[in-house]
Amino acid sequence: MAKGVKPRVKVPKSAAAGETITIKTLISHKMESGQRKDADGNQIPRSIINRFTADFNGENVIDVTLEPAISTNPYFQFDAVVPEAGEFKFTWYDDDGSVYETSKSISVS
Amino acid sequence: MEFSRRNVLVLGAGTAAAVSLTGLPAFASVTDDMIAEFTGGADVGSGALSLTAPEIAENGNTVPIEISAPGAVAVTVFADGNPVPAVATFNFGPLNASRSASTRIRLAKSQNVIAVAKMEDGSFQRADVPVKVTIGGCGG
Repeated sequence: MAKGVKPRVKVPKSAAAGETITIKTLISHKMESGQRKDADGNQIPRSIINRFTADFNGENVIDVTLEPAISTNPYFQFDAVVPEAGEFKFTWYDDDGSVYETSKSISVS
Repeated sequence: MEFSRRNVLVLGAGTAAAVSLTGLPAFASVTDDMIAEFTGGADVGSGALSLTAPEIAENGNTVPIEISAPGAVAVTVFADGNPVPAVATFNFGPLNASRSASTRIRLAKSQNVIAVAKMEDGSFQRADVPVKVTIGGCGG
């Protein structure tokens, strides 16, 4: 597992039913592109997060395939409709097989 | 990794040589091939997809981009001057009503950022934005 990987997600605590909210996510990750070389001229192997998904109560919101051209600490901002109270689940898939997960619940007022 | 002055100079020279060897046209055709693969050779329109990127990016390591494509099921982003042109593919689920997203990407040099969207009716949309990258802040 890559070191120091910490997902951070910003979701409003409550929303009106059917309201569109904005979600911001960021995960600290080096996103080593596989293009860089170290001091001895050896290629540094690729190590990135290759997929990110967000689901709400099991229904997909966004599913992103990441390539090495995504910046260090991949950041995503997107909109989601909240039909009912429930839980957002965010998942990041690392090249090395690790899966990072976090979830946020939202209430409907 | 330590950045001594000597190391930095050697690295800089190496990158410049690599760029001049590989050349620009090869990159452009790779991008076109990848777009053709994504669209399956179908006609690509424009208008319904909007791609927002800065005209001038001071730091090519984090260039903010935003895509917005109402009615799209998937959007793929390419950077035609990068060693690997593919940047990201966004697949929108039913709950993402506005079909928009933003992220930050890496750009190796000044180039075009291209977004291709697959719409719900099976047609394709494309948007190109040229971005000037001025790494080091000495002007482009």
